[in-house]
Amino acid sequence: MTINTSEAVTPAGRPAGIPLDEGFLRPPSRLEKAVGPEWARLIKGIFTNPLSVLGLIIVTGFILVALFAPVLAPPPKPGANPYQIPRDGFLPEPKPPGTPWNKNAPYYVPRWYSLTGNEEWVHLLGTTGGQYDIWYALVWGTRTALLAGTAVVAVSAIVGILIGSVAGYFGGLVDEVLMRILEIFVVFPSLVAVLVLSSILVPIFGRSLWPAMIALIVFGWMGYARLLRGDILSNKERDYVMAARASGARDTHIILKHVLPNAIFPTLVFLSLDMGSIVLSFAALSFLGVGVEPGYADWGQIVSFARNYIVSLDTFWYVIVFPAIALLLYGLGWNLLGDALRDILDPKLRGKIG
Amino acid sequence: MTTILDVRNLVTRFYTEDGVVHAVNGISYTLDEGESMAIVGESGSGKSVGVMSIMGLIPSPPGKVEAGEVLYNGRDLLKLSPEELRQLRGSEIAMIFQDPMTSLNPVLTVGLQMTEALELHLNMSSAQAKERAVEMLQLVGIPNAADRLDDYPHQFSGGQRQRLMIAMALSCNPSILIADEPTTALDVTIQAQIIELVQKLQQELGMAIIWITHDLGVVAGMVQKLAVMYAGFIVEYGSVHDLYNLTSHPYTLGLLNSIPKVDARERTRLSSIEGLPPDLLMEPKRCPFAPRCTFAVERCWEENPPLISIAPAHSSACWQWEVVRSQSKVGVAA
Repeated sequence: MTINTSEAVTPAGRPAGIPLDEGFLRPPSRLEKAVGPEWARLIKGIFTNPLSVLGLIIVTGFILVALFAPVLAPPPKPGANPYQIPRDGFLPEPKPPGTPWNKNAPYYVPRWYSLTGNEEWVHLLGTTGGQYDIWYALVWGTRTALLAGTAVVAVSAIVGILIGSVAGYFGGLVDEVLMRILEIFVVFPSLVAVLVLSSILVPIFGRSLWPAMIALIVFGWMGYARLLRGDILSNKERDYVMAARASGARDTHIILKHVLPNAIFPTLVFLSLDMGSIVLSFAALSFLGVGVEPGYADWGQIVSFARNYIVSLDTFWYVIVFPAIALLLYGLGWNLLGDALRDILDPKLRGKIG
Repeated sequence: MTTILDVRNLVTRFYTEDGVVHAVNGISYTLDEGESMAIVGESGSGKSVGVMSIMGLIPSPPGKVEAGEVLYNGRDLLKLSPEELRQLRGSEIAMIFQDPMTSLNPVLTVGLQMTEALELHLNMSSAQAKERAVEMLQLVGIPNAADRLDDYPHQFSGGQRQRLMIAMALSCNPSILIADEPTTALDVTIQAQIIELVQKLQQELGMAIIWITHDLGVVAGMVQKLAVMYAGFIVEYGSVHDLYNLTSHPYTLGLLNSIPKVDARERTRLSSIEGLPPDLLMEPKRCPFAPRCTFAVERCWEENPPLISIAPAHSSACWQWEVVRSQSKVGVAA
């Protein structure tokens, strides 16, 4: 049974049977139909903003390098641990790019290699202190960076989101207690705290990715929790949350379905920025020697091998320039993405982009 | 008619940093099955807090329902556990809100928001819930209902969204519908449509309705009973006929006089009630309306008048009610 509301007045041209308050609205795009208006705007924004496209290209580039690492830098023997950077001898002094590769060269020459104009493996980017190949270390280090970065960010984000949403939604004493605990973690200068904790963890886990990752998570979740708590505090006062409560919805349902999906967007920005900065912290730890075992393909490690030659960069520029470019590009890519997300989600800029 | 809701001496206070806000100070009213009543008052008079207290929706802290009984079919809602009350909300007592633009979640489709209550309260499968949602959308007059379930709230106009809210609220067949100023955010033509719709649905589905409004003109024709609230008190309570014709509280009289009259013979100034509503932080020891009242006598400043029965099914909280009544429509005519 339909209530016909258009009986009273029928302006010319209005099809019969459409109520007077029927809006004439833009039909939704297919993307909007599929993922909803907010996500559609976000996705559209990312692909139309030049800066975020650049960020996207850089990040995709790193992901491709990580995926194709076995082709870009094959290990010295098939089946050898690829994360162990091959050493061409044990001489301390770095060798410049183009030096022929004598010992421990990759076991085969992939097809793309002819593009470099060489037939046999040379040290494409030179070797660093201790004859570790820089090209090999950067390629496999990309995997380490992405894996460690994603794992740390994912776990800190989950922990932070959990704590932030509970604190924000329930408020009162729960909020008070959780936020005071959070502050205990915040008061430590983060890099120092991470350094101390990971050196405590090294004897327990051995020299591996774990100590640094755990330490970065332990001191890395607070940003997410705080950010999300704030957004939830403002979101839970919205009318639709009251409406959901009035219709008898459960607390968990309200948090997961009504509050979180509306409050999560600023956290996404932070997540993207964090992807960049976590890898920098990770490299810093590795540089300071609390990271992985010596020779493990990791960007921080390569920089630390170069430590003795940083003072004579006029000769040994390549030991620092190439790893620095990798770190810079990686951080830049995620930051561009994060900044673009922030622009897209900033209500003051709405309508200008996307 | 059996009484479905019996609110007795309900007291709600907010404990804020500035002091105790006396939001609702012992209000009592009853609602029969299928009856409509209106609670009228200005912003901050406690009309919304009053019904939120009934539904257990007062944010606590700082709010607290301090005293009283809310008997719904004989069960005291204030004594129920939060879980029992949650099950009651939406299925037995439903609510529609003031602003339809913000009462729907912008990131969820309308279908999802409509079916969640059905699946929750009536244990429907998602297919059944969908069917019921389409039925409800048709009932409230949304064209192409089946196609529109996948749409998002921003794809509906304001009036349509209020229709959606009504469809959602009524989908579980509640016995009481609380309409918290459902038309204030809409323009006048749509207001009329929405009110007509709710009245029509009431006839079909037979639920009782509590209208909360600040507009005496809007509710006049559609309710049987009125409660006028001021500063957290019900100051006058009775049938629409009695309140309009035998007005016995100066505040009600003021409200009635401030309705613009289209048929006014000469150019007259629209009358208003002078002054501001009281600060609810003060404990009400005298008549809260006294500072703005033209009928006030010495007693009004010393003692807060209780709500007393002045005629069958008509009560007023005014020491001067007889004087006021003589000024009312019938009184003036006499």
